[in-house]
Amino acid sequence: MTSALGSAPTGHDDRRARPTPARAHRFRWARAAGTGWLYVLPALVMYAVFVLRPLVLTLQYSLYDWNGIGVARWVGLDNYLTVFTDSDLLKIIGNAIVLIVFFSFIPVALGLLVASMVRRITTGAFGTVVRTILFLPQVIPLVAAGIAWSWLLSSNGLVNQALRAVGLGGVARAWLGDFDTALPAVGVIGAWVLLGLCTILLVTGMSKIDPALYEAARLDGAGPFREFLAVTLPSLRQEIGVCLTVTIIAALASFDIVYISTSGGPGLQTTVPGLEIYRLAFSQRQVGLASALAVVLMLLVLACVLPIQRLSRGEKQ
Amino acid sequence: MNLSRREQLTGRVFLIALIVVTLLPFVSMLSAALQPRGTVPSGLEWPSDPQWGNFADAFTAANMGALLRSSLLIVAGVVPVSVLIATMAGFGLGQLRVPGGRLVFGLFLLGLTLPFEAVVTPLYYQMQDLGLLNTRWAIILPLIGLYMPFAVFWMRAHFTNVPVELSEAARVDGSSTWQLFWRVQVPLARPAIASLTILMFLWTWNQFLLAIVLVDDATKRTMAGALGAFQGQWGTDLVLLCAGSLLILTPTLIVFLIFQRQFIKALIQGSVKG
Repeated sequence: MTSALGSAPTGHDDRRARPTPARAHRFRWARAAGTGWLYVLPALVMYAVFVLRPLVLTLQYSLYDWNGIGVARWVGLDNYLTVFTDSDLLKIIGNAIVLIVFFSFIPVALGLLVASMVRRITTGAFGTVVRTILFLPQVIPLVAAGIAWSWLLSSNGLVNQALRAVGLGGVARAWLGDFDTALPAVGVIGAWVLLGLCTILLVTGMSKIDPALYEAARLDGAGPFREFLAVTLPSLRQEIGVCLTVTIIAALASFDIVYISTSGGPGLQTTVPGLEIYRLAFSQRQVGLASALAVVLMLLVLACVLPIQRLSRGEKQ
Repeated sequence: MNLSRREQLTGRVFLIALIVVTLLPFVSMLSAALQPRGTVPSGLEWPSDPQWGNFADAFTAANMGALLRSSLLIVAGVVPVSVLIATMAGFGLGQLRVPGGRLVFGLFLLGLTLPFEAVVTPLYYQMQDLGLLNTRWAIILPLIGLYMPFAVFWMRAHFTNVPVELSEAARVDGSSTWQLFWRVQVPLARPAIASLTILMFLWTWNQFLLAIVLVDDATKRTMAGALGAFQGQWGTDLVLLCAGSLLILTPTLIVFLIFQRQFIKALIQGSVKG
């Protein structure tokens, strides 16, 4: 899945996990060290061959002009220069950033709204049904979500049908095919996929907050809004961090939904870096440029995710 | 809970609205799938004469039998191996604490946020060199590698929290490292392993990018990859497309509903730990 989930470790840190072993033990463990490596090795080999090696190759390709077949020509940082100056490529990177609003901010904001009102989903049958249904979009392939929503947002689809029913037939259109609405429409699909996950995570976090905190806030005369700012937000910092991390990665590295629902069109309106890498590398045979864009995408993900990790965890410990 | 009645009611209303929005796409697809072939369906409209036979047509058109078999083969190639080697590595890093383990773990962490797009191009040429392009191995082998950062991270987190005294006791009893791993540690790690297995099954089944890049033949792809091809082929026949998509979704949904509790637990833990 494109759900490269999260990053950086949680509280499981070596330093506090075990007491210093007695000296006698240490000898025994030293002997086991050789054996220990045998356990780590298979995973490391698979990772090195199918992730680290390609990663290094991506870096290498990005410095060459190569059509995938002929001789590669060294061009230094030219490909990167192109990524940062070509107006089409900049627009494509911009599209991914716009998608963050839909994939991340909307699900997290709506999730918080629901969470602060529901506080806990009842444990009974209602709770189970709610959880199951809200998780459905996480379970189905993104491709299926893309197909379903392409249909919903098409000229004859449910969205337009509903608009016509309430007398707004004038705004009805093929949402994914319209220059102005295509990117937001793709964003809506992502929001639909991620909303349930964020809501459940936030409600789960919410149920762990000590009710006494709310009592105290009420006694201090805090209204619902102050209560939200003073109690809910700080207590949910970690959960919000998780939601933002997962959804921002989903937005920046989006591919499946776009490929299926719009193929990047109309024009370049919905083309995202993932799709452009695929096109450059496999249709246009510009492997070097594709690789430079891949490196930029990777760095963009890190630049967004690392600060969130720091903010959401750092202050808590 | 000191929520006023009105607030609780609003919360419920929001939740129910959320549920309706979540379900609508499925219902709309179903209503389209049941229209007579060749008609142009509109939004949500229950057909007067539901054509359940469309599903049979879609089953044949999509070559569902072959697709199911292919996806199962890929899952069988990816999941057991990934879980086994990740559990071993987690044990080595979290319990045995091999020298240099921190460095290796850091190396794995590097891959946690890696978008698959960043490595798919070199993987294509690598598979070409190995002569594996257009075979299921082209999906299986890279996926095992790509899952390692999360899987090792996950299993290590479990093994770090198992008291080392347990291993030491087993050693005093004279058991070998393998016995310690297989007889003592793995049974204890069962919940962590179960969650990991579920997540990997889901991610493999739904993998799209690698499938469309590395394998041309839809009957050698994952379910998601095959669905992409199905859309390409039947995109203009909306009725059949909706029927086929729902059909392709069904196995996942059945597995999800059966293991629902474990799935939800795994997904929540999976994102929180990640």
